[in-house]
Amino acid sequence: MSPLVEIRNLSKVYTRGRQKIEVLHHVNLDIAPGDFLALMGPSGSGKTTLLNLIGGLDSPTDGTIAVAGRRIDQLGQSELARWRAAHVGFVFQFYNLLPMLSAARNVELPLLLTKLPAAERRRHAAVALELVGLADRAAHKPGELSGGQQQRVAIARAIVSDPTLLVCDEPTGDLDRQSAVEVLTLLQRLNREHGKTIVMVTHDPKAAEYASHTLHLDKGTLVESAQAAEVAAR
Amino acid sequence: MKYLPLIWSALFRRKTRTAFTIVSVIAAFLLFGLLYSVRAAFTSAGHSIAGASRLITMSKESLIVSLPTSLLIRIQSVPGVTAVTYANWFGGYYQDPKNQLVAEAVAPNYFDLYPEFVLPAAELRAFHQTRTGAVVGESLAQHFHWKVGDRIPVQATIFPQGNGSNTWTFDLVGIYHVNDPSLKGQEGALFFNWDYFDKATQFGGGMAGWYIERVAQPKDADSVARSIDAISANSDHETKTQSESAFQASFVGQFANIGLIVGGIMAAVFFTLILLTGNTMAQAVRERVPELAILKTIGFSNRSVLSLVLAESVLLLGLGGIVGLLLSGAAVSGIRAKLGPLIPMLPVTAHTWLDGIALAVVIGLVVGVLPALRGMRLRIVDALSGR
Repeated sequence: MSPLVEIRNLSKVYTRGRQKIEVLHHVNLDIAPGDFLALMGPSGSGKTTLLNLIGGLDSPTDGTIAVAGRRIDQLGQSELARWRAAHVGFVFQFYNLLPMLSAARNVELPLLLTKLPAAERRRHAAVALELVGLADRAAHKPGELSGGQQQRVAIARAIVSDPTLLVCDEPTGDLDRQSAVEVLTLLQRLNREHGKTIVMVTHDPKAAEYASHTLHLDKGTLVESAQAAEVAAR
Repeated sequence: MKYLPLIWSALFRRKTRTAFTIVSVIAAFLLFGLLYSVRAAFTSAGHSIAGASRLITMSKESLIVSLPTSLLIRIQSVPGVTAVTYANWFGGYYQDPKNQLVAEAVAPNYFDLYPEFVLPAAELRAFHQTRTGAVVGESLAQHFHWKVGDRIPVQATIFPQGNGSNTWTFDLVGIYHVNDPSLKGQEGALFFNWDYFDKATQFGGGMAGWYIERVAQPKDADSVARSIDAISANSDHETKTQSESAFQASFVGQFANIGLIVGGIMAAVFFTLILLTGNTMAQAVRERVPELAILKTIGFSNRSVLSLVLAESVLLLGLGGIVGLLLSGAAVSGIRAKLGPLIPMLPVTAHTWLDGIALAVVIGLVVGVLPALRGMRLRIVDALSGR
């Protein structure tokens, strides 16, 4: 089976003043369709940068990224925005919901970019909220929800347009253990029952256990399991 | 329309701040409506379609210098002139000095040259037949509750009668109205018979304040005006003939440059408004950088973000502008009902609304453009990481 995400010789260099910082160094990675991949590594290892590049939020300095056969490193800003709207769902550590909108309106946001009529958009949003177990909280604003519930609304927003790929950056980093388990179980269910391909960055080895496999990054490079154990021990 | 809930909720994210900003926009547009109404009243005079073919001849020295009525026949003989009439400013007040009137003594054929003043034929006939007859505009009649048949004592402030009395009593024989809403300000005048004025006044007999000529072709107005002025060239009563609108402008200009004053006030108000709303928008976008980044993350393009912020800014100004113009309409109606034609104000018309809404949109775009550009240019990765 050909990989859904195909990364070759990917490098990313940031310039801070006169200083150049190489965050990713010739990374090669394949992610199969239906995979649930956890990316682990110490702070500054390049996990979030890699995730941002896979999600089309940033452009590489060098190398290629293809998702479902499409070279996203070659897309311009507008094309990339359209591609993200159609193919990627995002879940962040701090939920990033719009505080003045209800849960349903937050979930509906990505659908505003489609040609769906209002009634269809509302129906899709209701289904997504149902899927994350928050149908009864549709009218609530984020401030009226717990952290775990807000993250589930964020997941509903991420899946409402039925994207090819879910990218999650520390989705449980701001949650208590119980809420974290709920969110991770939900992600696992989306992967197993709905076939969603998920790439998740996490610091938490317990969170990584929910993924089908884990990769480690250190100093911008993917490392083997043995090295990873050494890194983790450090 | 599908973005409206998003724009609306962003606008009212900080309810108190937005409410205060909208109140200031309302105040600015209320003032705009009121001042626009005053300015329109001053500038509408002489702007009727008929006015395009009318010329006014006055003394070259000043409007307060009269011209001999003997000029009438000579002006009538100028090629291109189809009719001539004349009038004299009277002024005066009714009952109380604060009830100042716009009153003029007019020649018998005055209304022939002003078809926009609609007067029933029987009332016009009565005006011609009654020496002390007067005709008033509908607004003025309504304000003082006058009706045809009333006797109206007017106190002169410039022209006492030959017997020394300042009281001129007129018989109200007609009430005229104008159909064009933009000329409603002209319904505030009182016209009375020239003969009564000319015979009874203590001074100024045989002298007219100004002449009004109708020309056959408006395009010939300039050459006709030159011909009229040539009649009195090098005499002791040289004349200046100009279009009616230019005459009205110079007449109003005797009191003050209304356009400049109104324009100056409006400019100051809207400059302040731009600073205020600009600050509100800049602050609103600064606070929402992560939210705008999220919109971009889920697929909103740079242009969409730019449009959303601009739409928010235009909505802010539009809401305040609409409420302000509505209030100004009510305020103008109230002031007109209370003070009648004493304060020259025209109703808030569709023209006022169009100009007001256009102004709101332009200011909305002006104050929104910098925050919108900031939103458009923000880099998702930097914004999400708080850089």
